[in-house]
Amino acid sequence: MATVELRFSALPEHVRTARLVAAAVARRAGVDEAVLDEVRLAVGEACTRAVGLHQNGGITAPVKVVLTEEEKQFSIEVGDEAPRHAPGDRAPGAAGDEQDAETEEDEMGLAVISGLVDDVEVTAGEHGGSIRMTWPTTPSVTVLP
Amino acid sequence: MDLSLSTETIGDRTIVRVGGEIDVYTAPKLREQLVELVNDGSFHLVVDMEGVDFLDSTGLGVLVGGLKRVRAHEGSLRLVCNQERILKIFRITGLTKVFPIHTSVEEAVAATD
Repeated sequence: MATVELRFSALPEHVRTARLVAAAVARRAGVDEAVLDEVRLAVGEACTRAVGLHQNGGITAPVKVVLTEEEKQFSIEVGDEAPRHAPGDRAPGAAGDEQDAETEEDEMGLAVISGLVDDVEVTAGEHGGSIRMTWPTTPSVTVLP
Repeated sequence: MDLSLSTETIGDRTIVRVGGEIDVYTAPKLREQLVELVNDGSFHLVVDMEGVDFLDSTGLGVLVGGLKRVRAHEGSLRLVCNQERILKIFRITGLTKVFPIHTSVEEAVAATD
């Protein structure tokens, strides 16, 4: 079972909440302080992308964020329910420019994620997609008196 | 924290001071501000990011959009930023090659090339 699971309506104003929750849970899980900024940014990018996909696809389902603390690692999976179609499905010339601008922003977000996180897995299929990011944790050392 | 914006004119440069978080929710406000300035004839912009706590790719997109607009009028868009965590985002996306980044507003205002 996930340590913390979050579902939010696909609205831009909730992305900040997801960032704050993810950073708080990551800190508790023992992710290095120096890396927390990266966690915050990467989760924000993944959620922004998911919100965009839901809004563009008219999907009313919430975006899902699953935060999992494991023995030596902490992982975050951001899932969307936007179905992906094979490239070339779109009629030629249909909504060309707008589509390109959206794709550019989407790619910029993914570029930031892959630049920040070493362990990333991006999956997409006809029922939606997900971005799974993993960071190592330092187990807390209990100092005996 | 929300986004705060203020502007100031020094010579032919317009300083846009940004504070708070620039993300998917707040970036449209920054976009509107930049569009408005360019529409009003301010083509040499200095965006002071010293008060920015958070910047994501949506914010980067808005800055790139601003640069495209001022360039259409042979203008310039310079950034002021000393924060390592913000600079890192420009580096990993290769945008340090696109934007002149200065350490102070004075330096950005004095820059001509």
